[in-house]
Amino acid sequence: MPTPVLTLSPIQNLKTRFRRYWPLIKALQTGLLLATGLAGYMSARCPVYNLGTLTGLAGSLFLAISGSTVLNMWWDRDIDAKMSRTWKRPTSSGSVAPGEALRLGLVLSVFGLGWAVSIDALYGMVVFAGLLFDVVVYSMWLKRRTCWGILWGGISGAMPVLAGRVLGVGGFDFVGLALALGVLFWIPTHTLTFSMKFHDDYRSAGVPTFPSTYGFPFTRGTIAVSSVLAAIAMVAAAIGIGMAWGFLRLLAVLSAGLLVLAFATTFRPSERVNFSLFKYASIYMLAAMILVVIEVL
Amino acid sequence: MKMSGLDRLLLLLTSLLAAYQVSVGIDGLEALPIFAYTIAFGVLLVAALLLIIMGFEVLDSPIVVIVSTVIPLSLSFGLVWEHLEPVRSLYLVFAIAGLAAVIGTRSIPVPGRIPLYVLVLVHGIAGIMITFLPVVFAVTGKAQPGFALIGVGGALIGLGGLLLSFLKAGRPILSRTLILKVLPGLLLLMTAAFVAGFAWD
Repeated sequence: MPTPVLTLSPIQNLKTRFRRYWPLIKALQTGLLLATGLAGYMSARCPVYNLGTLTGLAGSLFLAISGSTVLNMWWDRDIDAKMSRTWKRPTSSGSVAPGEALRLGLVLSVFGLGWAVSIDALYGMVVFAGLLFDVVVYSMWLKRRTCWGILWGGISGAMPVLAGRVLGVGGFDFVGLALALGVLFWIPTHTLTFSMKFHDDYRSAGVPTFPSTYGFPFTRGTIAVSSVLAAIAMVAAAIGIGMAWGFLRLLAVLSAGLLVLAFATTFRPSERVNFSLFKYASIYMLAAMILVVIEVL
Repeated sequence: MKMSGLDRLLLLLTSLLAAYQVSVGIDGLEALPIFAYTIAFGVLLVAALLLIIMGFEVLDSPIVVIVSTVIPLSLSFGLVWEHLEPVRSLYLVFAIAGLAAVIGTRSIPVPGRIPLYVLVLVHGIAGIMITFLPVVFAVTGKAQPGFALIGVGGALIGLGGLLLSFLKAGRPILSRTLILKVLPGLLLLMTAAFVAGFAWD
């Protein structure tokens, strides 16, 4: 049931709404994607001299990513309600009404997209592509039909970093594509680890996953291969940016850690190793983005 | 034993210091020492991150013995290559053979106490190099006084290795709880001593 907010003062009303809406945007995931977008931009331009554009990029990306996340949560509320990991989400537990979530998602998406287009048309187009792939292609069309839907989820996840780079250089280039591929191949490490850890949840909700379609060994192999490809793409992007040798060394070390865990999860699989790879991959991506940013400062 | 917030913080600082050393602290050296130090501090960095992620239970893995051999071997090799030119090649052979011997005796069944003797020999020589070479060079004026801090780091890494070895052998000098309690602080102190020492190199 929606929380009654009509008797509260406007400020209290706003605070209550904010508290109810905040879990809808998955702050950590949104924050990480936003970080990739900022890093993509900063890989081309120094932030100190472009604060105005940087603020616009951060604001528009935050709204667009949050909007698509809310729309996904609105669309998936029935399957979220069947899974122990997600049944407490506001849309599946009923603390936010479906219509309210839909309106919020649309408002955030439209404002984010509008802001993005007003900054730069091409940048806006990439942001729009991300939103389209995530909400329509991935969530609405493919997620319940095929386990390969995560590929499109990955492509949408790669759009923020590509959008940032496009805004920075004014078009598509090798570095932008390499950064996007790095994120694209990093995302299966996340989603496939989750689909193994919560295998029964996904099965009971009727969502096809790699483990349920191809089995665990194939899924682990896919994680290992995608981790290797993510590391290769990130190192290629770093070389393309002209990263200093010292930072390249550090990136190589972090990539080696990712590869070791990827092979460990393939040849000596255990839940602990799988989940460690999942966590390490997040640290890896964040560290890689920080290195890209430090490079231009 | 569950890892505390302070333990995680100490390990995070250790990994940041190791990251600094890999990316900035060894610039301007020859290719081989850079390679050796990158391996040493890189392994330290990834190991600290994995400790944060997986907890102290990761120390029960048999691979820890090999990882804890790579750090002193590569570190000592870098020091020897930089400062003891006459024995460079000899030490390179020792480092490669030593690592191969440790991996071999830990991977295939070897009778008796041979694996332990191999480990003691390899760690012992590498530890002596890391601890005494910088101190001797600093005392004799061949290097800046602060260079001796690497020796302090060497002594700490030796202490840490000793504690871990006895822990893994099932005959800990101190209790497991106490060893795990001091380990993050020990790793941070050791890394800080190395980073400071190399700044004087």
